[in-house]
Amino acid sequence: MNLWQFMMQNRLEVVELTLEHLWLVGISTLIAVVIGVPLGIMITRWPALNRPILGGANVIQTIPSLALFGFLLPAPWFGERADRMAIFALTLYALLPLIRNTYAGIKGVDPAVVEAGRGMGMTDSQLLFQVQLPLALGVIIAGIRVATVISVGLATIAAAIGAGGLGEYIFRGLAMVSNQVILAGAIPAAILALLADFGFGLLEKSLTPKS
Amino acid sequence: MPHEFAIEFRNVAYRADGSRELLHGLSFSVQRGETLVLLGKSGSGKTTTLKLINSLASPSQGDVLVDGRSTREWDVIRLRRMIGYVIQEVGLFPHFTVERNIALVPKIENWPSERIQERVRELLSLVGLEPQLAVRHPRELSGGQKQRVGVARALAADPPILLMDEPFGALDPITRAEMQKEFAALQKRLNKTVVFVTHDLREALLLATRIALMEDGRLVAIQTPQEFLKSKEPFTRAYVEAFGTDLLSRGES
Repeated sequence: MNLWQFMMQNRLEVVELTLEHLWLVGISTLIAVVIGVPLGIMITRWPALNRPILGGANVIQTIPSLALFGFLLPAPWFGERADRMAIFALTLYALLPLIRNTYAGIKGVDPAVVEAGRGMGMTDSQLLFQVQLPLALGVIIAGIRVATVISVGLATIAAAIGAGGLGEYIFRGLAMVSNQVILAGAIPAAILALLADFGFGLLEKSLTPKS
Repeated sequence: MPHEFAIEFRNVAYRADGSRELLHGLSFSVQRGETLVLLGKSGSGKTTTLKLINSLASPSQGDVLVDGRSTREWDVIRLRRMIGYVIQEVGLFPHFTVERNIALVPKIENWPSERIQERVRELLSLVGLEPQLAVRHPRELSGGQKQRVGVARALAADPPILLMDEPFGALDPITRAEMQKEFAALQKRLNKTVVFVTHDLREALLLATRIALMEDGRLVAIQTPQEFLKSKEPFTRAYVEAFGTDLLSRGES
């Protein structure tokens, strides 16, 4: 039985696992945006927080994902359900590119533009929402793009703690020593990553202000 | 009742956080409707002096009074909205059209939209720009056009005071000469209180009611263009000589 036949035979399961995968990636990236963008803005306003926040996000990146899932197993609320754990872990990994790109995007806005705005009496929040964020949007989307692509790959490991997703096939294939089963998980995951990269790339391009 | 001076410096010193003092014991006043040119070399403290007026910098000693009130007591946002600000880099918002750039202050001051549109048209013609340019983005404009929009933006809410930091410094010589002449004519009509920073003596002579020469964070002298050219004061003399002896003969005539 070749790969194509296997996937056709199990198409319902393939679709289900793909949707599970998308769910894990989508929700965790969304939460990471909601947390990471404000944190990125915060460290442009209070430079003292820069090192602890970026440093913390950096340290999280260095924890091997399998180990992080392991740490979470005994955690009270998270440990109860595998998808909670997976989403929590994926959110943590997505934070760094989001915080860093939000910070870099805002800091990258032409200082003359900011000075003109401030000099003409724009308040801090007017400056942020009318000038800095719109001009930083392309860079922030680039951060979401990186976070999503990393997340699609990392989410395959979530299957190790029973959170589902396309990693199920990969781990099952490893156990069965079957390349076909491994590929049935790996290929759709790779396609998802490519699609996310392409889609966010387009969005990034259209939202980057030309100058 | 309006205060006698539009702007007054009372023994002002400025020190950036933790660094050496950049401005020392500045005292001078700017009369309503006059154009005071702050002239001096790079690093003489002209730009910092300008930023003390709209509170982009705060004095470490002494007081800067705008309309008779210290900038420490002003609500900083209100203060800045009654002071137009033009900088060399222009600083137009690249994601806004020309129209939205000019309308910036009226918009954040919540003017009705018909009044804003009318004001934008008025300003475009005032600074010599075609009305069709309103829908363009800054990247589609030439350097001279950008700075015209910068001037229009600063004038939008009709502020009584205008601060200009080498506004024509980045333009080519021909466009610069054109803008200087136009601005001189514009100023005669508008009668704003203008503080204008430049290192170019010829520009200063053309535009100034009085010239304040700065050197190393200190005020050397405030004089009319005529007095400036005739002055025996060594720094003033050196400045005039650096710009050519043809200016000396102009002072004597």
